[in-house]
Amino acid sequence: MIKATLKKLALATAITTVSLSSAGLSWAEDTIKVGILHSLSGTMAISETTLKDTMLMLIDEQNKKGGLLGKKLEAVVVDPASNWPLFAEKARELISKNKTDVVFGCWTSVSRKSVLPVFEELNSILFYPVQYEGEESSKNVFYTGAAPNQQAIPAVEYLMDDIGVERWVLAGTDYVYPRTTNKILKAYLLAKGVEEKDIMINYTPFGHSDWQSIVSDIKKFGSAGKKTAVVSTINGDANIPFYKELGNQGISAEDIPVLAFSVGEEELSGLDTKPLVGHLAAWNYFMSVESDENEDFISAWKTFIKDKKRVTNDPMEAHYIGFNMWIKAVEKAGTTDPTAVQEALIGVSVPNLSGGYSAMMPNHHITKPVLIGEIQKDGQFDIVWETSGLVAGDAWSDYLPGSKDMIADWRTPLSCGSYNVKTKKCSGQNY
Amino acid sequence: MSPFSIAALVRKPISLLLFLCMISVPAPQVLAEEIPDNDLLDDAWKTLPSKNYNNKAKALETIARQNPPQALPVMKAMLEGQLYYSKHDKALYFLQETGDNYTFSPVFSGEQISQENRRGFKKVKVNNRLRSTIRQLLAVMQLKHKDADIRLAAVQELLKKPEISASHLIKKAVESETDSRVTTAMQTLLAVIQLEKGDETEQRSAIKTLSQSLNSSAMNALRDYQAPTETLKNAAQSAIKKIDDKRDLYAKAETIFFGLSLGSVLALSAIGLAITFGVMGVINMAHGELMMIGAYTTYVVQLLMPNNIGASILVAIPAAFIVAGLVGIAIERSVIRHLYGRPLETLLATFGVSLVLQQTVRTIFSPLNRSVETPQWMSGAWQINEVLALTWNRLYIILFCLAVFAALIMVMKKTTLGLQVRAVSQNRNMARAMGVRSTWVDALTFGLGSGIAGLAGVALSLLTNVGPNLGQAYIIDSFMVVVFGGVGNLWGTLVAGMSLGVINKLLEPWAGAVLAKILVLIFIILFIQKRPKGLFPQRGRAAED
Repeated sequence: MIKATLKKLALATAITTVSLSSAGLSWAEDTIKVGILHSLSGTMAISETTLKDTMLMLIDEQNKKGGLLGKKLEAVVVDPASNWPLFAEKARELISKNKTDVVFGCWTSVSRKSVLPVFEELNSILFYPVQYEGEESSKNVFYTGAAPNQQAIPAVEYLMDDIGVERWVLAGTDYVYPRTTNKILKAYLLAKGVEEKDIMINYTPFGHSDWQSIVSDIKKFGSAGKKTAVVSTINGDANIPFYKELGNQGISAEDIPVLAFSVGEEELSGLDTKPLVGHLAAWNYFMSVESDENEDFISAWKTFIKDKKRVTNDPMEAHYIGFNMWIKAVEKAGTTDPTAVQEALIGVSVPNLSGGYSAMMPNHHITKPVLIGEIQKDGQFDIVWETSGLVAGDAWSDYLPGSKDMIADWRTPLSCGSYNVKTKKCSGQNY
Repeated sequence: MSPFSIAALVRKPISLLLFLCMISVPAPQVLAEEIPDNDLLDDAWKTLPSKNYNNKAKALETIARQNPPQALPVMKAMLEGQLYYSKHDKALYFLQETGDNYTFSPVFSGEQISQENRRGFKKVKVNNRLRSTIRQLLAVMQLKHKDADIRLAAVQELLKKPEISASHLIKKAVESETDSRVTTAMQTLLAVIQLEKGDETEQRSAIKTLSQSLNSSAMNALRDYQAPTETLKNAAQSAIKKIDDKRDLYAKAETIFFGLSLGSVLALSAIGLAITFGVMGVINMAHGELMMIGAYTTYVVQLLMPNNIGASILVAIPAAFIVAGLVGIAIERSVIRHLYGRPLETLLATFGVSLVLQQTVRTIFSPLNRSVETPQWMSGAWQINEVLALTWNRLYIILFCLAVFAALIMVMKKTTLGLQVRAVSQNRNMARAMGVRSTWVDALTFGLGSGIAGLAGVALSLLTNVGPNLGQAYIIDSFMVVVFGGVGNLWGTLVAGMSLGVINKLLEPWAGAVLAKILVLIFIILFIQKRPKGLFPQRGRAAED
């Protein structure tokens, strides 16, 4: 019995070795293809172009170090043009036509939701670098941005404990990320004993520019004698008129601080930051972090992009972490085969830019520190608070009734992204 | 006498005491009640560079109580983020930035250091909570400042946290106060304190004083008030009601102002379209991009005159008009003139032009938003009273909108060009027969409409982001206003813009920003069903075709 098994094993090894070496021979001139799926035109180009450049830089650096598995990496760049259905088409094109082994991309949640079925059908790998609302865990997606418990919850804790905030304005742009995040935050605040009348929730359309009434409402809401803060999930473009209006109506960061989840260095670069000084942002990385890895990364970025004034930001760090994790996992697995790499990725740990290590969790989220920064005149952040350790990303929020009992664990035997610990059932994805 | 010259003396207690005897310390004697204790003070100074914000706040309170001459400049520097300490001996320095040069002047003794970077120094970190503590402390120190405005600001700062200020200090200050505004504010503050801590007669008079005030701290004090007797309770209730009524009235006035200001933005962006679409009948989808060009012109003008931001906006107005006007004429000459009488093709062609313009801007200026700095004279608000404040930039934009409108009406009514434009739009063949060069008039009219779009761009650049997508955000609204107002009628555009703005703002607090916009759209759809030609339909022959 044992003999037979051994024989089989030896045979299998021999075959694998042969096939591997022959494959190695025939692939020697071949390259490993890395897909980059970021919008280079349309409304999201403002944020996503930078991430494309970041990926090109990382790939370039890896090739200088000798590539991967003895082969060069080759970037395949496509432009989904901020058009959600086009994201799915381009993803299919990358995987089926260009034969990419991994894809780094997407920014908005809706673009991620649009490509998800494609990645699951063709069993490829997507690294998603942006903070998002959670409530998802796919076998094929690795989330290197922050889940709500890695950004929103610690930020609110900071406001509550360190600033003494008692009254809350949750302001957001009207789409899925702010709505889900605010739902989680509201549940969290209520659980912490904040009364319903001390929470004001407000949604505005994309690119909203007339903030007069809302700011005036916030002012009134904040004049009730309790310390008030705004937790802002307002999206990119609408922020500047919002802060301008706050400044014009005489609301300073000391009166009513605004803590934002979508305002980073890139959004502030080249802007008139006067009305924003003193307001806060929560991220897992700031350009002003003091660490050797960060210094190296910033100087490499400035050299690569040939612009001394370019800044770095949180999603760039997420790609830095994601890319290095993938490299390590491929080296560990010895192949770029998606299934093998997916397994190898779990547990991989690489240096992040804030001086520590980030690890990939079984739920396909990573561990990160949470930092709070105050906006400075030069568009940089002064870090005023950070979590004492790393925070592990939680795919399913503990504060929402539907997802409280859900966990994600992609290791065998569970191998499920939405396992209900109460009913002991894997409900599968439903999006 | 500058704080720096006395700096050297401070470390030595005796000379400090002598010094205090010799000169009358300027403003802040209110707090100088404690016996100077230099050990305590020294410790406090040493705590400032540390990391713990609570300790820092305590240290600052000590400093404020002891009130050495450095207290005021140090606190001000901390607020501005200009207090640094040297890394090797933790000594405090003031930073002055002049261009690329950083000058560090010591708070106490030492040499002034000038260098090209901040190496060797670290900022004394300040967070929001510490900043508000500093402001409170500064406010107490500035209660006797010689400038009445600063005194007023100080009292208002104290009103934000009335519980920490001591009533006897305020009482003393109010006696020697000469400015009536400051007196009123101080009396309000005093009343707030007395309402909580005073006896019954004091409480009664406090309620009377507070019922006159619109300040939110006064309101909160009345709301939290635990009345000992029924009469006092009733007095407080009626005071609250009185204040509430007044505040409601001002809130309504504020809403109307918000509406007019939104309306003026809508009208301003639609006036240009009222000419190209209303008068000429060209569906110009590139109208938004012409506004974008105006906004970018403002940005470029500011780049060209970085030291004169205040004047740059005034220069940008004619510049934007000319640039956008010329681009408009170029579009008309190259594309639109071949498509007159074919509205669908014009729509598609101008939509194409709009995409081309957007991508051009992306290539030249990058897809990132550019910043247009708001000049000093346009930021802030006109504080009418404690509740009602009108922001300057919005006020100027309302005026600007009316000025542009008046100028345009003058051009149309009083100039030859205006006469010819009206003639061509009413009956092209007849106008040509009378010797009007209709092609030339078409080009100029389109240029005029585009130029006004450029002017709208200048205004928008001060309100929102200057980026490639600026135009898209406003094109729908512009068409909405023109159609609602009545195609071809300039007055209609103005009235429509203003009324849509006000309607939107009236709905917004009740329905939320998203729903308000939808409701306005539904309202317009229904309105157009009933009156297809808008608010002020064109009459006469021109309306027939």
